[in-house]
Amino acid sequence: MARTINEINDKIRAGKVVVITAEEAAELVKDKGVKKAAAQVDVVTTGTFSPMCSSGAMFNLMQTVPKMKLGGGSALFNDVPAYTGLAAADVYLGANALPLDAPKNRLYPGLFKYGGAHVICELAAGKKVRFVGEGYGTDCYPKKRRVEMLGLEDFNDAFLFNPRNCYQNYNVAVNVSDKTVHTYMGTLQPRLGNANFCSAGVLSPLLKDPQYRAIGLGTRIFLGGTVGYVVWPGTQHNPDVPRTEAGAPMRPAATLAVMGDLKQMSAEWLRPVSFTGYGVSLSVSLGVPIPIVDEQAMLQAALTEEELFAPIVDYSEAYPQATGEIMGEVSYAELRSGKIEVNGKPVTTGCFSSFAKARLVAGVLKEWIRTGRFELTEPVAFLPGSAAQGGE
Amino acid sequence: MANRRITLNYPPDVVQEPVTYYLVKDYDLKINILKARILPREGGRLIMELSGSKDRLDAAMAYLAGMGIEVKPIVREIRLDPDKCLSCSACTAICPTQALAVNPETWEVDLDHDKCVLCESCVAVCPYRAIDIYF
Repeated sequence: MARTINEINDKIRAGKVVVITAEEAAELVKDKGVKKAAAQVDVVTTGTFSPMCSSGAMFNLMQTVPKMKLGGGSALFNDVPAYTGLAAADVYLGANALPLDAPKNRLYPGLFKYGGAHVICELAAGKKVRFVGEGYGTDCYPKKRRVEMLGLEDFNDAFLFNPRNCYQNYNVAVNVSDKTVHTYMGTLQPRLGNANFCSAGVLSPLLKDPQYRAIGLGTRIFLGGTVGYVVWPGTQHNPDVPRTEAGAPMRPAATLAVMGDLKQMSAEWLRPVSFTGYGVSLSVSLGVPIPIVDEQAMLQAALTEEELFAPIVDYSEAYPQATGEIMGEVSYAELRSGKIEVNGKPVTTGCFSSFAKARLVAGVLKEWIRTGRFELTEPVAFLPGSAAQGGE
Repeated sequence: MANRRITLNYPPDVVQEPVTYYLVKDYDLKINILKARILPREGGRLIMELSGSKDRLDAAMAYLAGMGIEVKPIVREIRLDPDKCLSCSACTAICPTQALAVNPETWEVDLDHDKCVLCESCVAVCPYRAIDIYF
């Protein structure tokens, strides 16, 4: 059995496409087997909604009269600094950026109540933010300072550009030391007080295409409530990790660089995050359709949480000191049960990735495809480590 | 046996009185103090759970009123803002009483007020700042 992406798109246009979510796919394959499921299903949708720290937005400001060059100057959005090492009117605001006078961790642990992610989400919610730009003045750009309230409609362009999103698998964070540690994996209580993980598991996009046979450069995706694209392998993309027989990575592996139009996104699908003692981040909703081109695609898209594993890492010593030490591996089914065993001790688990919202994302994408609003794409190029034909 | 969760607001002139001692000794009540802040000259606030016979509890309330201490039942202690909550489960692993727990059907985080002991551990660990304490 084999089908092409063109055939799937023809079925989408004809209103005859069969789409299910990755959670439903796991059930279907369990019930009917891979062969029957692959014959029946055209597309499996995935979804995730969780903190993705390496995120930010690119803005192009409309020019003032007289004109002004922000490049080499400075730019503040609600007192949060943006990067101005670009041309006259392009600035990049990172999700982790903090206001100039933020107390950070001076009163440990800091609360990090506001930052770049909050600015991005306020703009997505239709609010205006206070922009202060300064430049040094040139013959062609004489103006030196602009202060104004700007909403998304006031920019020529505003797009999300996230250099590293959608991590394929992630560490389970624990703390073996005698004091509480505050991390980007949350607050970890001493002596293995809790274990935090962060993956949509059975719905996680890259865990359902574990060898990048479908997802590549140019893949059209759900991003922040609208259509976005995979534009590059994400930073730190590393396909060379230990894998299960079915090809699923047992360590953090692939990542995606993604882009999408912030003007089309909504505050419902992008959320600011404050990690006590760590900093500000952005929770991003992201969903990827997996075309079921053959039985192998069905088999991998239907992997269950019993078949997907994450490494346990100590964040008091092993992570900060980069020892590479792993305290064991656990399945997502165990993590999802609420308790795992580490060093013979039962440890309560918490998750930063919202499974309830991941279901929603996969459900919305399914509906978009079913109703013909969203068509599938062939990758322009494959990700490094891809098992697809023509892969690198 | 009856249970009551109350907030006691002390006027400054009652701060020297060993009120909890009398509640135990004269009214035979079991007391669990959840939070206390009492300052000389400024008065204070005690949040406690009392259990005992209904008669003795009523009598104790009358005693407190007679002392000029304002007694307020705790109606709703912690609030989970449904618009801000993303139903991750950062709070559930920290919650010592499973008052915050994930519903295994919907995977949404539910809050059971009866189980909450007001330890406030969840407030700072919520990455969406969706949990607040209200009295």
